Amino acid sequence: MIQVENLSKSFTLHNQGGTVIPVMEGAAFDVAAGECVGLIGASGAGKSTLMRMLYGNYLAASGHVRIGGVDVATAEPREILALRRETLGYVSQFLRVVPRVSTLDVVAEPLLRTGHALDAAQARARELLARLNIPERLWGLSPTTFSGGEQQRVNIARGFAYDYPALLLDEPTASLDATNREVVLTLIEDAKARGAAIVGIFHDEAARDRVCDRVIDAAAFTPGMAA
Amino acid sequence: MTPLLQVEGVAKFYGARVGCTDVSFDLYPGEVMGIVGESGSGKSTLLNCLAGHLTPDAGAVRFDTKTDGLRDTVTMREPERRMLGRTDWAFVHQHARDGLRMNVSAGGNVGERLMAVGARHYGSIRDTATDWLGRVEINADRIDDRPTAFSGGMQQRLQIARNLVTGPRLVFMDEPTGGLDVSVQARLLDLLRGLVREMGLSAIIVTHDLAVVRLLADRLMVMKDGHVVETGLTDQVLDDPQHAYTQLLVSSVLQV
Ligand SMILES: Nc1ncnc2c1ncn2[C@@H]1O[C@H](COP(=O)(O)OP(=O)(O)O)[C@@H](O)[C@H]1O
Ligand SMILES: Nc1ncnc2c1ncn2[C@@H]1O[C@H](COP(=O)(O)OP(=O)(O)O)[C@@H](O)[C@H]1O
Ligand SMILES: [Mg+2]
Ligand SMILES: [Mg+2]
Repeated sequence: MIQVENLSKSFTLHNQGGTVIPVMEGAAFDVAAGECVGLIGASGAGKSTLMRMLYGNYLAASGHVRIGGVDVATAEPREILALRRETLGYVSQFLRVVPRVSTLDVVAEPLLRTGHALDAAQARARELLARLNIPERLWGLSPTTFSGGEQQRVNIARGFAYDYPALLLDEPTASLDATNREVVLTLIEDAKARGAAIVGIFHDEAARDRVCDRVIDAAAFTPGMAA
Repeated sequence: MTPLLQVEGVAKFYGARVGCTDVSFDLYPGEVMGIVGESGSGKSTLLNCLAGHLTPDAGAVRFDTKTDGLRDTVTMREPERRMLGRTDWAFVHQHARDGLRMNVSAGGNVGERLMAVGARHYGSIRDTATDWLGRVEINADRIDDRPTAFSGGMQQRLQIARNLVTGPRLVFMDEPTGGLDVSVQARLLDLLRGLVREMGLSAIIVTHDLAVVRLLADRLMVMKDGHVVETGLTDQVLDDPQHAYTQLLVSSVLQV
């Protein structure tokens, strides 16, 4: 489902003397449907950068990222947006909130823009918000004023509302209590069971051991650090 | 898929001074493109060339017309271009007074546009106008008031209603939130975002405000000194800018 080939990345800081920071070289791996792969490596190894390149948020310097028939590394903006709508989900570490949109609508949106009926989309959104223990009195409010933990759970609900064939998860269990952590791990297991290909970053080792079928060490792709 | 707008090698000079030059891109149906850059970078010049308000000195601006497919609006006859301006395009100005008739009621401002495309039945024109005032969050009891009695934010919302009431296929916006208070901007942006999604509009939005494009635009074009220096998916250009100028632009705002 996800095929990464010879992927490289460096940052050029034009306004800091043109400093070039090479962060990745020759990254290559595949993720099959129903499989969860964990990215590991020390802080700064390039885990988040790799995940952002898979999503098209960072531009690859060279190489390929093939997901659902699209090469994210070279695709046009509209092709990447269609891929993100239909195929590729991303639960980032922080919820980017749009002012004045209610929590229920934030969570239902991925379903509405893929043509699901309003009733069904909202029912699914309610189910997820309830499972993630967001109090019902908050559902009509914008998540702008929610606590960090609440925002993260809204973000997770949104990421799992639509059944994406491929999912990227950046620390989905960080700072969750035991109950909600368990809910998220179950959501991940369910997604795998329905055939989703997942790439995740988990600092929580027990969580990683439970849901990941294998791990990939990003340090193997860090220039100057490869074995 | 045929692009809705195909821009090729557009240039406009003011004497020896460059307005904009060497601009090419395709805009597809349903796409929202943001044009960002500092003041004087050529954004308005380009937008006016695309919307037929200025004649480019070079290049082609092909629009996918309903009847004849892609046609160069630069070389088409003036009456034809004006007709497209009424039926297929909309233009939202930064200053509402440039896009509204200030001595005509709110309802009249919206109704006038319907009449310009052939609506004749008074009752249904008024109903549509009332409906549109509601959609831009203006109370129905303000329908007979003139825009001069409105706040800046309301005037801008009225201008949007006037422009969208005829169901255009392509909307040009020049700094639509410029000059408004931040809280008023947020409401306007949210409204625009909803309308763009609901109506599946294609739009080109000129702004110097990166938060505006983060919220509204699918893709970005960055301009400097009349030239396009970078293009790409909006979040990619903002989070991983490639060009020195874009990096400067992004790093000089706190957080978008
Ligand atoms: N937008 C950026 N601009 C410049 N450098 C960046 C950017 N994003 C990440 N980096 C650099 O890339 C390297 C890898 O970072 P990151 O992917 O966040 O690592 P990890 O997630 O493994 O901790 C770091 O040196 C970091 O400073
Ligand atoms: N009517 C005009 N006559 C002469 N120069 C103009 C005129 N309009 C714009 N310019 C010049 O063209 C350049 C681009 O201006 P403009 O398109 O208004 O930029 P922006 O909208 O990005 O602020 C600037 O150098 C500006 O001074
Ligand atoms: Mg990280
Ligand atoms: Mg301007």
